[in-house]
Amino acid sequence: MTDEVAAAVAQAHRRSWAQVLATTAHLTRDLGLAEECTQDAYARALQTWPVSGIPDRPGAWLTNVARNRALDVLRRESVFRRSLPLLVPEESVPGPEDALVEDDRLRLIFTCCHPALSPEAQIALTLRLVCGLSTAEVARAFLVPEATMAARITRAKKKISAARIPYQVPAPEQWGERVDAVLQVVHLIYTTGHTAPAGAHLLRRDLADSAVGLARTLHLLMPNDAGATALLALLVLVDARAATRTSATGRLLLLSEQDRTRWDRALIAEGVALLTEALRRHPPTRFAVQAAIAAVHAEAPSWAATDWAEIVGLYDVLVRLWPASAVVALNRAVAVGMRDGPQAGLDALEPLLSDPSLATYGYLSAARADFLRRLHRWAAAAEAYEEAIALTDNEVERRFLADRLSDVRRHRPA
Amino acid sequence: MAKYMLLIYGDAEQWEAMSAEQATAHSAAHAAFAAEAGERVLGGEELELAPTATTLRSDAAGALITTDGPFLETKEALGGFYLLEARDLDEVIKLASQLPEVRAGHSGVEIRPVVDHG
Repeated sequence: MTDEVAAAVAQAHRRSWAQVLATTAHLTRDLGLAEECTQDAYARALQTWPVSGIPDRPGAWLTNVARNRALDVLRRESVFRRSLPLLVPEESVPGPEDALVEDDRLRLIFTCCHPALSPEAQIALTLRLVCGLSTAEVARAFLVPEATMAARITRAKKKISAARIPYQVPAPEQWGERVDAVLQVVHLIYTTGHTAPAGAHLLRRDLADSAVGLARTLHLLMPNDAGATALLALLVLVDARAATRTSATGRLLLLSEQDRTRWDRALIAEGVALLTEALRRHPPTRFAVQAAIAAVHAEAPSWAATDWAEIVGLYDVLVRLWPASAVVALNRAVAVGMRDGPQAGLDALEPLLSDPSLATYGYLSAARADFLRRLHRWAAAAEAYEEAIALTDNEVERRFLADRLSDVRRHRPA
Repeated sequence: MAKYMLLIYGDAEQWEAMSAEQATAHSAAHAAFAAEAGERVLGGEELELAPTATTLRSDAAGALITTDGPFLETKEALGGFYLLEARDLDEVIKLASQLPEVRAGHSGVEIRPVVDHG
């Protein structure tokens, strides 16, 4: 029974946290109080459900408890509780209809990802308030002390209140920019989880799951937004390969070494269907092209049989859509090397060596090292591997590069 | 409703280098902004350039120090302001994004909420 309750609460946390908090925030007009009441409701579920049984609609039960708790607090301490009021526009009075409850979730997401907040604050607020990670978990994900993260979140809530960032879905003329900001945040949460900037594990499953969950919610709430559809396609296609990125001993496996039979075929099929839908409706967005690249990899029978010409073509489109990204130019150069051989890849990397935005980017050194290794230029390859090792703080990546370095050194003339 | 200060910053050299046509278009853009904002504009002025500024401080002993120039010596200086009244930040962003200084590469507009002591 207790295990069953724990599992039910965990599931309700994943599925309903944002909705419970968003609806409560509409009532309290105070994000901090809504956060406390939501937390309380989940704690209450852990106490009550073993006795009363798991309710038929856990989300509705939790919302009810959180709202009642908020009403109690508001009645008792109405004066000083309103220290950080949230601006709820008059026209958006909540009703019992589910449609409005869902709107609340979108309101919460748009508020957390408002461009008037710093990117760090947007990410922190989204993980804490929308995904329900604890402040300690958010702090761990970004390798900062918990007190620093707590201060960052408090500052952001204060800005929302003082600058009167409205708790609402943006107006049509601001829609495009604001949706982009939300999609960026979700993508950044995923990429942070995909290769943790530091630490013993390559993948931070909690962050990756939070990002995929957010992308699913956005697609559900904005089914006609091609950008949201494309982002979900991209995350699902990349996530389908997640389990095969490291070996049983924790070593990094390149795409060429991964066991493709263990890729999640259901996720790949879902991603390809979403991508097809995203591409049908609009000229391709950045995330759609990235998803298309992921789809080519996901559907290739093997590394050697990958359609590299197609991949280079897609990178050419991506470079045009996103000319400022040196990382995209780097990935394109790697694909050229796969299509035309290591010397061509090395030539394509050449102009990027002087790009200041890549000066401390380890993957540039790692890509050069790989091409040099395949050209049997052992001394130069060893130097490039040393550089790549110095530039990563991720233990798994570092071990992989160190293995390659010792291979290369064995060939080096004494 | 809440009050916001729009602080217009930019490179004075570039403002001074505007041609007559550019200056006319610039003024017209401000007039269009004022027309659209209507009664939400509580005030606003263009300021004389930063070299005309006088800054007052005091030394450690508390004696008045009067110096020539702005408080912050930066390439981009405060060139003007508006005081607006609006419902929320999104309304201010929508209005202020039409200001010509937002569109010019060397300048920008900072939005600051005014403390409500009421």
